[in-house]
Amino acid sequence: MAHEVELQTAGNMWKVMVKPGDYVKSGDTLFIMEVMKMEVPHEAPIDGTISAVNVNEGEEGLDAGMVAVVID
Amino acid sequence: MRKLLVANRGEIACRVLRSAKTLGLGTVAVYSEADVQSLHVKRADEAILIGPAKAKESYLDFERILGAAREAGAEAIHPGYGFLSENAGFAQRVLDSGLTWIGPTPAQIRDMGDKERARGIAESAGVPVLTGSQRFLVGEIDCIFEAGESVGYPLLVKASAGGGGIGMRLVEQPDQLEAVVKSTQAMAERSFGDGTIFLERYIPKARHIEIQVFGFGGGRVVHFYERECSIQRRFQKVIEEAPASNLPENVREKMAAAAVSLAESQSYEGAGTVEFILDAETSDFFFLEMNTRIQVEHPVTEMTTDVDLVALQIKFARGDDLSAFTQASINQVGHAIECRLYAENPTKMFLPSPGTLETLILPQSTDRVRVETGVIEGDVITPYYDPMLVKLICSSETRRESLSMMADSLAETKIEGIAHNVSFLEKIVRHRDFQNGDTFTGFIDEHRASLIG
Repeated sequence: MAHEVELQTAGNMWKVMVKPGDYVKSGDTLFIMEVMKMEVPHEAPIDGTISAVNVNEGEEGLDAGMVAVVID
Repeated sequence: MRKLLVANRGEIACRVLRSAKTLGLGTVAVYSEADVQSLHVKRADEAILIGPAKAKESYLDFERILGAAREAGAEAIHPGYGFLSENAGFAQRVLDSGLTWIGPTPAQIRDMGDKERARGIAESAGVPVLTGSQRFLVGEIDCIFEAGESVGYPLLVKASAGGGGIGMRLVEQPDQLEAVVKSTQAMAERSFGDGTIFLERYIPKARHIEIQVFGFGGGRVVHFYERECSIQRRFQKVIEEAPASNLPENVREKMAAAAVSLAESQSYEGAGTVEFILDAETSDFFFLEMNTRIQVEHPVTEMTTDVDLVALQIKFARGDDLSAFTQASINQVGHAIECRLYAENPTKMFLPSPGTLETLILPQSTDRVRVETGVIEGDVITPYYDPMLVKLICSSETRRESLSMMADSLAETKIEGIAHNVSFLEKIVRHRDFQNGDTFTGFIDEHRASLIG
């Protein structure tokens, strides 16, 4: 079952650690946002394979709730 | 000096502009494309756009700020806090451009900014420091017991590559040391790819207490007593007060004397803060670091010592005669408390919350309730900068009274459109343990259940 990882907050994308096809385990860091001088890491909620990455490093002004990564 | 440029934004830019105006100076604000509508731009006599939203290309860009100063004909630069305030390279560039830098000398900023060097300077000035052991690589365990003895128990085994509480293990007794060192080295190697560890003294119940100092050069330094900043989340302060509660008078005096002797040993110039960690059980204190700028929490000192620290910075920088400013003339009277209002969500691990400030109702400013704001209703809080929006400061004759005024001020405050920490702050201020002065750096974690949710 596909699991969509949404942005927890509006902000800028600092680092993206995964690409489509990567296998991740629950708790692995998928990407780190930079919001108001704070790093906000987003972790994989489940084990699975990354099927989509919709964000790029350096992207600014992203909205909360946007689907950033999909894990199958 | 006739015109001053403030190289900052938000509440501190507004704060500095106010003192500059009081002293009769012309004022220049700088702003990024994200701050076109910001309050500090409106508060200055003139304002100059210095670049895009990204701080690196605007508020942190030396040349753009110096260019703005040239364009406006400003003779002095005040850096506020954060951004370039503790950047020795920038301070040097300001001086090399023939402008006045409102802050300590570049060498002083550099020395205190290097944590190892600062520790050495503090030690030579006779200030107690929290000693750490040498580093131990994986498998290296030969002199670990000697190191443990010299650090003292209880102690922490810390992974060099760790941080923020990760890779840290507590050891109460010498007989546990070897096993914990080995497992921490193994864990650190797995997690960080580097198994190096060191030992550090552990303080079970710590308070963060700091001394405000001001140096006039030539080794003359005065202090403005202490501030307590123990109420922290994510290692950052949210509530500060002066004076500190339940601090024995002889300890207060020793801390102030230590801070002054450190600053004297450097012939320190301008405003600075010497931060200490205080063991709440033993009242032993240790040097943490020295901040070479005006601090966020400076108003609690101003409201208890009746001084305008920003004005003092400006007067010193322009060469006013300050010989009347002696230690004997500085008294600490009454009590003041500051709360930092942040755009962040306490129920989601203090996650920052950008958005539109649809409602902003703040208490009325009086001589006892000070409202330091960098925002107004309708502002868009962008993701680019620090999430602090407003500081509320209350002062009165007694701590009980100023706490009660703060609780009322927070209750009057209304913010809508973004997540914020106002009711979280109010719960802390009304908490029985806080009211009793049982403040320590673990306060928020310890009382999490009753403060959040």
